[in-house]
Amino acid sequence: MPNTTILPANQRNLKNRVGVGRAIRNSGTLAYRALLKMFHNPEIFVDFVVLPVMFTLLFTFLFGGAIAGNISNYLPIVIPGVLLMSSFTNCTTAGSKLREDVDKGTTSRFKSMPIARIAPLAGSLTADLVRYVMGGITVFTTGYLLGYRPEAGISAVIFSILFVMFVAWCLSWVFAFISLCTKTISTASAIGVVVMFPLVFLSNAFVPAETMPGRLQYFVLHINPLSHVVTVVRQLLTYGTIGADFWFALSGTLALLLVFIPLTLIAYKRKA
Amino acid sequence: MTNTRLKNNSILAVEAHGLVKTFGDNRAVDGVSLSIPTGSICGVLGPNGAGKTTTINMLATLSKPDAGNVKIFGYDVLSETQIVRQLIGLTGQFASIDEDLTALENLMIFGRLYGYSRQDARRIGNELLAEFGLSDVASRSLSKFSGGMRRRLDLAVSLISQPPLIFLDEPTTGLDPRTRTQMWQTIRKLVKGGSTVLLTTQYLDEADQLADNIVVIDKGRVVANDTPEGLKRSVGSSSLRLTVKDADHTANAAQIIRGILKAKVHLAEASELIAPMNNPDKLTDVLTSLKDAGIALSGVSILQPTLDEVFFALTGESSQAKKEEN
Repeated sequence: MPNTTILPANQRNLKNRVGVGRAIRNSGTLAYRALLKMFHNPEIFVDFVVLPVMFTLLFTFLFGGAIAGNISNYLPIVIPGVLLMSSFTNCTTAGSKLREDVDKGTTSRFKSMPIARIAPLAGSLTADLVRYVMGGITVFTTGYLLGYRPEAGISAVIFSILFVMFVAWCLSWVFAFISLCTKTISTASAIGVVVMFPLVFLSNAFVPAETMPGRLQYFVLHINPLSHVVTVVRQLLTYGTIGADFWFALSGTLALLLVFIPLTLIAYKRKA
Repeated sequence: MTNTRLKNNSILAVEAHGLVKTFGDNRAVDGVSLSIPTGSICGVLGPNGAGKTTTINMLATLSKPDAGNVKIFGYDVLSETQIVRQLIGLTGQFASIDEDLTALENLMIFGRLYGYSRQDARRIGNELLAEFGLSDVASRSLSKFSGGMRRRLDLAVSLISQPPLIFLDEPTTGLDPRTRTQMWQTIRKLVKGGSTVLLTTQYLDEADQLADNIVVIDKGRVVANDTPEGLKRSVGSSSLRLTVKDADHTANAAQIIRGILKAKVHLAEASELIAPMNNPDKLTDVLTSLKDAGIALSGVSILQPTLDEVFFALTGESSQAKKEEN
């Protein structure tokens, strides 16, 4: 404090490294910061509460009759699809808060402080878990109101939300990386839409792959990784089991995470 | 690696040698050396684009110098970065606090990042808010804060860990005169508590008011490093400007002034005279002599040397001309 005496540099106990415990605590503090900002700005809830409701209603009533004959038959197909879509569109914007900090100068202050370098990244992206969970709960609630009753019960619902949340969190590192490499935030979100839209729609998220022409079917079932995630969620909700797709999706996203954590950290250090 | 080395209080807070930073073809900082004794205020003075911020960024571990070395309290910024970061506080030109959060929340989050418990962070936050006269707006969203309040809060954030060295990058640019004076008082108080301060400024009077030592930077080079008195002496301190009521008396007045100030008198306009004045006591002599000679005046003012004049004296060209050149 200005009115107290400052402890001279030579009487301080100083360490030239940040331990793992400190790194986790720093990330927690910055996740808390991101959450506080989120709750001080309730208009952003439109993104992850209103949109999932809208998508669920839209797809169910628009395609329900055409694809599955009636609405109640379509719900088991569309609910996992919308769950995935809402989480993944949310994670394309994961880097925007980081970018804001970089552009405003907050990052410079973080950099001048004795905190873990990864904390601002990890904190910001981890706070997004709240968005994915809220999106997931919204999707299932809307589905429930429309008459959807997953065979495998509530534990399967919770597990699906957690699974999609984890996948979205891993993917958000990729989008954070993109947003730190582009010149402006709007370019980054445009890239997010361009990448995410084809991946979500050219998958089995909304339409059974069996109805698609040969080559497209091959892409949807064998190339697009999102189809595996959708399949995992459907299988979970219907039979309450996990199969090869689960392990495939899990190892794929983990591999992505291992590659993109260091890449994003490098991009962040360069930008700040 | 704890601090076991023998470091005494007489060690320099900042010791920089031959700092160089280039951006493309532009040598933003071109061989800057600085040494700041513990417990003093160093003012880095220079026009926009002189390399002040780039220099601070290298001293505060934000960017790596292309050449040269920096020691902060004897610790190397490149190899002992995390130690240096525990010893410094930085208030940059851009407000680095969160618009969406309240003043106290901002302080508490930074307090937590510095490793304080929730209770301690809250206590320190409240103490700082009181110190900076922001207690009654502690729980208000920052979007309703004025520029001066933001600047004070930003400074408060960099004081959370009670760092012995504080970097202030143009702390008063854009502030109104009253807030500016408050900021000056705060800075003086910091130094009284034992802190060392490095501040950059574009204003000579600010450096003069606060600094024990002024480093003038231009085009990435140190062009002068002196006490405020020394610097002003080299510039020619202040000058006296007189406007004579009757233009016919101008020549007569000039002769009287020349006689008393023992300096060359410039005729700025038909009835305006400017002369360098190193001793303000001579002012009364000048005025009484003019009165005795029956010369009436319509205006008297003392001109303080501006940054522009400092530059003119030090480099032979004005900072304005340089900007246009670039």
